[in-house]
Amino acid sequence: MNKYKRITLDGLIFQNPTFMLVLGTCPTLGLISSAFSAAGMGLTVVIILTLSNVIISALKNVIPNAVRIPCYIVIIATLVTFMRMLLEKFMPDLYDSLGGFLALIVVNCIILGRAEAFANKHTVVESAVDGLANGFGFTIALTLMGIVCELIGSGSLFGAHIMDFTIGIFATPAGSFLVYGISIALFVFVIDLFEKAKRVKINKLARENMLDKEVA
Amino acid sequence: MATFIAIVLAAVLTNNFITVKTYGICPFLGVSKKTSSAVGMGIAVTIVMVIATLVTYPVYTYVMVPLHFEFLEIIFFIFIIASLVQMLEKVIQKLSPALYGAMGIYLPLITTNCAVLGVTELVIGDMSQFLAGATMNIGWAVLYALFAGLGFTLVMIIMSGMREKLNYYKTPKALSGFPTAMVTASFICMAFMVFTYIVI
Repeated sequence: MNKYKRITLDGLIFQNPTFMLVLGTCPTLGLISSAFSAAGMGLTVVIILTLSNVIISALKNVIPNAVRIPCYIVIIATLVTFMRMLLEKFMPDLYDSLGGFLALIVVNCIILGRAEAFANKHTVVESAVDGLANGFGFTIALTLMGIVCELIGSGSLFGAHIMDFTIGIFATPAGSFLVYGISIALFVFVIDLFEKAKRVKINKLARENMLDKEVA
Repeated sequence: MATFIAIVLAAVLTNNFITVKTYGICPFLGVSKKTSSAVGMGIAVTIVMVIATLVTYPVYTYVMVPLHFEFLEIIFFIFIIASLVQMLEKVIQKLSPALYGAMGIYLPLITTNCAVLGVTELVIGDMSQFLAGATMNIGWAVLYALFAGLGFTLVMIIMSGMREKLNYYKTPKALSGFPTAMVTASFICMAFMVFTYIVI
């Protein structure tokens, strides 16, 4: 069980694709001006990433090593094509708000990165957990930044009007860059604080152990 | 002529790939530490964008639309781009080893660059706002790709110049690297917002 907990925590926090590895930046910056499209993009990536991870890890012994990247791209492109058809048919609102970025999921570094770094070395179940964890890490990051950008930029939240005070620049890519940069800095700062606290605790425990031994 | 000017202005300034559409951000943030490498990457991306559009636009209009398999466009386009990049790499390696040395390391990265797939998807979509009344054809498509690539290179050069200067200053640990680059990029985007006043 510990193994799955570790994979999940890595995907959500310590190896978070958006804040720690800074992957998949194009859809992030293009879509966080609206919380709805940011969350929609995140959930679409969760589905595609989990499925591609499962398929690639199931086929890892069949795909020859020399042509693995083209094979992965075909698998991902097929999934994206399916997803695009489903969204166009059943969720036209989301399809319109994602625009060109829906097709660009094919070249999203997170999906190819997880296939190359994780799915082709691990079992199907582990890859599925990894896909879900990384996908939700991406979704949570995008949704949080989307909420900030939409609230300041257009004074609304998921389309519902909240306040009249707005700073228009936050609804444009300039504001997206600013919010993304500051979010990364805050995230790294908090993680650093946690790790420092952990190190101090370990040092303290070690010192107490040594003192106990000296006393004994 | 009006269409030509409209496409050039739209591709380079009002609809710049980085500052307005946010396509191709990975190389923009990753390869913009030095001006020389930023120029190399920008030119490589421009060349691949032009050649990719030159191939995908006719394939889409004259093969995929008449045969009714437009739904396969993503798979077709990514395959065409990947094989073009591979071919281009071999051709440059054979013809000009010096250019290959300068550009070679960026070429494989370009396959997974949103800007290339983005431009091929854009030119087959609705382009009427950039055309000033003319009908879309392969010439306009390639022109748009060329100037979109040049606009990308322009922003890469501005960014790398600013980052080279920023290297002389000390930043807090959490802000160093990507956060500083993104705040810099934010200012470039704000500067480019001036061009939205150009009405074509």
